Amino acid sequence: MLKAIGVDSVDDLFRPIPPEYRLGRDLKIPGQMAESEIVEWFRERSRENGDGRATFLGAGAYSHYRPVIIDALISRGEFLTAYTPYQAEISQGTLQSIFEFQTMICELTGMEVANASMYDGSTAATEAVMMAARLTGRHSVVVARSVHPEYREVLGTYAVHQAMRLVTVEFQENGRLDLRALDQAITPETACVLLQSPNFFGTLEDVEAVSELAHARGAMVVVAISEAVALGIVEPPRAADIVAMEAQSFGVPLGFGGPYCGVIATREQYVRQMPGRLVGETQDRNGKRGFVLTLATREQHIRREKATSNICTNQALVALMVNIFMTIYGKVGLRELARHNLAKSAYAVQQFAQHAKILFSGAPRFNEFVIQTGEDPEAINARLLGHKIVGGLPLKKFYPELGNASLWCCTELTTRTLIDTAVGHVADSERSLGRGEENAEEVARCNA
Amino acid sequence: MQRMTRKATRHVSQNEGLIFEKSSPGKAAWMLPPLDVPEVESGELLGAAERRDLGNMPEVSEIEIIRHFTRLSTWNYAIDLGMYPLGSCTMKYNPRVNELVSRLEGLANAHPYQPEKISQGALRIIHALSDCLIEITGMDAITLQPAAGAHGELTGLLLVRAFHESTGNARKKVLIPDSAHGTNPATASTAGYAVENLKSNAQGMVDIVALAAQTNDEVAALMLTNPNTLGIFEQEIHKIADILHAKGGLLYMDGANMNALVGKVRPGDFGVDVMHLNLHKTFSTPHGGGGPGSGPVAVKKALEPFLPTPTLISKPDGTLAFDYDRPLSIGRVRSFYGNFGMFVRALAYILANGPDGLRQTTEDAVLNANYLRKGLEGLYDLPYVSASMHEVVFSDKWQAKKGVRTMDIAKRLIDYGFHPYTTAFPLIVPGALMIEPTESESKEELDLFLEAMTAIAQEADQDPELVRSAPHNTRVSRLDETAAARKPVLRWKPEPNRESEKT
Repeated sequence: MLKAIGVDSVDDLFRPIPPEYRLGRDLKIPGQMAESEIVEWFRERSRENGDGRATFLGAGAYSHYRPVIIDALISRGEFLTAYTPYQAEISQGTLQSIFEFQTMICELTGMEVANASMYDGSTAATEAVMMAARLTGRHSVVVARSVHPEYREVLGTYAVHQAMRLVTVEFQENGRLDLRALDQAITPETACVLLQSPNFFGTLEDVEAVSELAHARGAMVVVAISEAVALGIVEPPRAADIVAMEAQSFGVPLGFGGPYCGVIATREQYVRQMPGRLVGETQDRNGKRGFVLTLATREQHIRREKATSNICTNQALVALMVNIFMTIYGKVGLRELARHNLAKSAYAVQQFAQHAKILFSGAPRFNEFVIQTGEDPEAINARLLGHKIVGGLPLKKFYPELGNASLWCCTELTTRTLIDTAVGHVADSERSLGRGEENAEEVARCNA
Repeated sequence: MQRMTRKATRHVSQNEGLIFEKSSPGKAAWMLPPLDVPEVESGELLGAAERRDLGNMPEVSEIEIIRHFTRLSTWNYAIDLGMYPLGSCTMKYNPRVNELVSRLEGLANAHPYQPEKISQGALRIIHALSDCLIEITGMDAITLQPAAGAHGELTGLLLVRAFHESTGNARKKVLIPDSAHGTNPATASTAGYAVENLKSNAQGMVDIVALAAQTNDEVAALMLTNPNTLGIFEQEIHKIADILHAKGGLLYMDGANMNALVGKVRPGDFGVDVMHLNLHKTFSTPHGGGGPGSGPVAVKKALEPFLPTPTLISKPDGTLAFDYDRPLSIGRVRSFYGNFGMFVRALAYILANGPDGLRQTTEDAVLNANYLRKGLEGLYDLPYVSASMHEVVFSDKWQAKKGVRTMDIAKRLIDYGFHPYTTAFPLIVPGALMIEPTESESKEELDLFLEAMTAIAQEADQDPELVRSAPHNTRVSRLDETAAARKPVLRWKPEPNRESEKT
């Protein structure tokens, strides 16, 4: 090949690089490893990484069962090693599957159009807010404090550079957005209200009431969803203008936080301000049905600095996992799956309530709940970890005013035995502080 | 037509409708274990919020799902089927060991909020990959949080802005060469900067005189791709960095083409202040039909305080931990820690190569590109003759005389069993054929590609209509994109009055 090119050595091909910058040494990285060594190295890391522990963690990343055919199908090289489907004639597999994904997301969210994916829930929520700002021409955003704290952080990072003002509204004692405070926070400059339902505490928001307030002032409503399984049994936010969703729950591994699958869904009338890829149905020259990437005039490769977003490659393979998961469970299975989640968490709430205080009891919830203990939840969790159980997420970092509160999640994978064991440890902790009876009274009052 | 090519033969492929068209009540592919807690009345728990109907969600069996997606998959081209010469996209082989290790139980099932004490394996992976990438780029610090290349660009420019703000002036504009990828200007504008175009010179490189004239104390940074999208190394890179630095500006490098440099030269050594990498390009993580990507951002010391939270630190006891206490940070750009699963794959790739392997990968990529260039010179117009690195850009100037444009040639390549090259940019080459073979291709595959391109050049001359109407061997012929955009159909809807159309 060198002879064909007409050079003497490969180094000749690197002549354009000024000699003073050429690296005259080996990179200081680990030496080449055989496949067997690589596998062993990562197995070792896997063992150091909580392998085999059961978890009560949720908070934006959920532990659901992943049917085996998901990985069997996405491992096909024709999906795994294909590029973004710009060349429609040889990408119909990816394109049709995205079209089905868009359809199912619409069915589940109650929206009219959905894009092909965003990076994750946090960036989807942020881009949805920016979309609302473009649509309304307004630059202030009202954000519920019960939205995932990290979603709010990401929004904060972007907002600063979009000259966007963020106003935070508190939650009330039942965990829901404080409507009176919201009413006062919305101004003629408010582009949208961002809320999450189920919110960070697992509580279902009253999206309709929020929407009435917002729409009356010409503001849009953006609803974030981080636990997609809720859509199987909870009414979707039909009154919202934009839904920004994290679809990780639908068959995507927890994977220490990523890759996940964000999605934006909205009304047809807003589609031209929607970021991200879209697949549309069309016909070929012989009238045969086919699918293409469409409405690309919104996108960076056409519009450059005037694009709706700089998003390019996103999460296609993860969206395919989500698509297969939605197809497997479908119309009946998703509802059943959601019902199991509801039942497990209802049982857990009932059990925990006998020993500790359950916060935000006045509104319906899905599969997460907040308990308040006498002891620091970190200490309780440390003991649980000894039993190979990861307890709920201590909330001090995000909501210091809630004291010793922690956020617990039960899914279809959380067994009754596991719940009973965890409850036992919390009960021991409360008893040792002499708080058991006090909590029982709380329960009595809550139930009254 | 249709001459049979050595690379491809027509074969039967299965028809398959939309999954909704196969659905009927009662079919199922799921089963839940018996509920081990008391049943609940969902209506009682949820009240008005209870959902009763899931609309048109499908009901199908497992074998139908397997066949559905398997059939769909056979309609895709993929690296596993052959060369994918998409310039700038770097479609290299995706090693399967990467997939295996990313699915190991302790990594795939790790919750992002699980205690650090039981996350040391994941943290060590992040740490090891960070160290490797810092060494490979010659930079000082890194964040792995951005979820894709474009997301990395945005993070990089937010770091640029934070740096300038810390000196009292955020500055107003970002310079972007006319050869740049479309994400660059879109990113600059998302970061709140005005975009100023920088023209290329006759060699396809940054025009140093123009750069000097345009650089002033309002310029926050130059976003440079190096090698640029023409596959040309910016030979005056040292002058470029000096001009910017003299006026207090920063040099941002788009690392999309880092696969031409790994082990041979380090951006940190030639004056780059901040850059992103695409793990799905240079470091072999799969493209997956359009993601997931991963876009780490590496910086010089001066920008380190502004990196997104959290960063990774080593504690005195030797364990690793996240550091959230970073007052100067630009904040988060994504939830959790980024696309961790991609870190695992990229690190596995680096370990499988080591220093020698990575250097040879770069050399082979450049060798392959130059071999193709030599083979295509004389058949297609080469607008910029400067030396090529990992990719080469031809134009359709000669074929256009017969009415054959780059997209036609690209579509005809499909008939020969190849994925098209990149046609959409660089914008400075009208009718561009942007070709990047990567190191993955053998001489045999490259020769098949040359054979196909040679045949198409002949066809364009002798039978232009054959090329213009390509592809001829695919399931669908060219699709009506105009109709798709004019009256968008973005989802399936049941059509009760018509028997659904089956493909």
